[in-house]
Amino acid sequence: MQYMMFVATDPDADPYDPQYDNVVAWVDEVNASGARLQGDRLRPVEDATLVRIRGGELLVTDGPFAETREWIAGYDLLECENLDEAIAIASKHPMARFGRLELRPIWPFDPAE
Amino acid sequence: MTAAVAATAAEVRAAVAAAHRDEWARVFGALVRFTGDWSLAEDCTQDAYARALERWGTEGIPRSPGAWLTVTARRRAIDVVRRSGVETDKLRLMVADQQLTTPAADLALGDVDAEWEDDVLRLIFTCAHPALPMEARVALTLRTVAGLATSEIARLFLVSEATMSQRLLRAKRKIAEAGIPYRVPPPALIADRTAGVLAVIYLLFTEGYAPDDGRPVRDELAEEAIRLAGLLARLTQHPEARGLLALVLLQHARRAARIDAGGELVPLDEQDRQLWDAVAIASGLRLVAEAPHPRGPYAVQAAIAAEHDRAPSADATDWAAIVALYDELPQNPVVALNRAVAVGMAEGTDAGLAALDALGVPPALAATHLLPATRGELLRRGGRLREAIPLLEEARHRAPGAAEQRYFDRRIAECRDGDSG
Repeated sequence: MQYMMFVATDPDADPYDPQYDNVVAWVDEVNASGARLQGDRLRPVEDATLVRIRGGELLVTDGPFAETREWIAGYDLLECENLDEAIAIASKHPMARFGRLELRPIWPFDPAE
Repeated sequence: MTAAVAATAAEVRAAVAAAHRDEWARVFGALVRFTGDWSLAEDCTQDAYARALERWGTEGIPRSPGAWLTVTARRRAIDVVRRSGVETDKLRLMVADQQLTTPAADLALGDVDAEWEDDVLRLIFTCAHPALPMEARVALTLRTVAGLATSEIARLFLVSEATMSQRLLRAKRKIAEAGIPYRVPPPALIADRTAGVLAVIYLLFTEGYAPDDGRPVRDELAEEAIRLAGLLARLTQHPEARGLLALVLLQHARRAARIDAGGELVPLDEQDRQLWDAVAIASGLRLVAEAPHPRGPYAVQAAIAAEHDRAPSADATDWAAIVALYDELPQNPVVALNRAVAVGMAEGTDAGLAALDALGVPPALAATHLLPATRGELLRRGGRLREAIPLLEEARHRAPGAAEQRYFDRRIAECRDGDSG
């Protein structure tokens, strides 16, 4: 199964401590296991752009999330046998401690559905 | 595998009811493994029980009802998948599996205990998976492990059948769509996940045990929890599973004395101990005596319940032993509170109040009735009735349910009577 792992900030988490940021080792390990198909950081919310059509009119604005304290900082696409395997991988990511991780199963798009 | 003797309608009903109680988890568990589809497994298991009712009268009651039901449910699953005409790969696998296992199953499935145990354990652990919401874990465990009908579970949780049915459906869907594995967890996860299973069973028990908000005590829920705790203890031999079994046996043993004729809660020290269930207490005490040290939290709580249950009267309770047991538990504000009460009983009111003062006002307890209730109770038991009254009044004001409010009303009235008299 494929899982999208969203790496998010969380105001209730431990404050970030670079000493315990082992993300490079995490990426190497999960890449080596073959479970990480893809992944990256995302530029901060200040760089976000919001696109909406309201009343037939296109509205393009600055990202609305500047005031929110929880935002998505990155993502990893994982290929795992099951949810327990995805949980085990997520639990080793440094942001499990300094933020939070959300595992969402990929729902393959089937036009016939 | 069937006896050639026809059975009477009453015998058939009794045999199907017994098979429902004892074999549901095993038949359903085998079908989940066979089909990989919880809803299909449930339909086919239900169908097999319906067929048993129709056929055991003429065919006789099988020597191994569980094996008969499993084979019948598997045939049904193959029929359903075949008729749906879509999942041809899955059907091929299922038919191959059926051909491979049926002759053996017909002969001996009922005797293969290891397989039975694996299927039931897989179910228990999967239903208690931490990715499922707690209420779904509880409902799913009752439906699939205990074999209760959706309507029964709805009644026990005081929700409509449609609500409960939706809750179960969402849980089954999440298992499939989120990739929750159907298995006994590997060694690295087993300790954590066993704790999760124990929490589900204990929640089930307390749900049936505590009559809050005027809801009736639901003995059936508590009894299902005891049955599940016994099953888990037998299958895993896990010390904490045995600790939980001891705890629920020792608490449930007091059920006849907990509620008076008017439906009011009777506190432990005022209960008529003649009404306690001596057989359940003996089983619980045996489990407590056998518990290996160091003990986990359930085994220690069971040991505390055992101290109460073995005391011939409230005055004969060994409070010093109870204080020592509270020291053995992982510390949290509620444990500290109960310990303070035990200190008060063992060493006197002032020592109890000092233990309570040492606790301060933990944020988790600040808004609850527990702090004033405990201080008031310590003062009342120490005969300092005038000081107890305002605290009991505060506790009454904060009490979560009508039953507790009536309890504090009674205590306040007793203190006023005693103080003026």
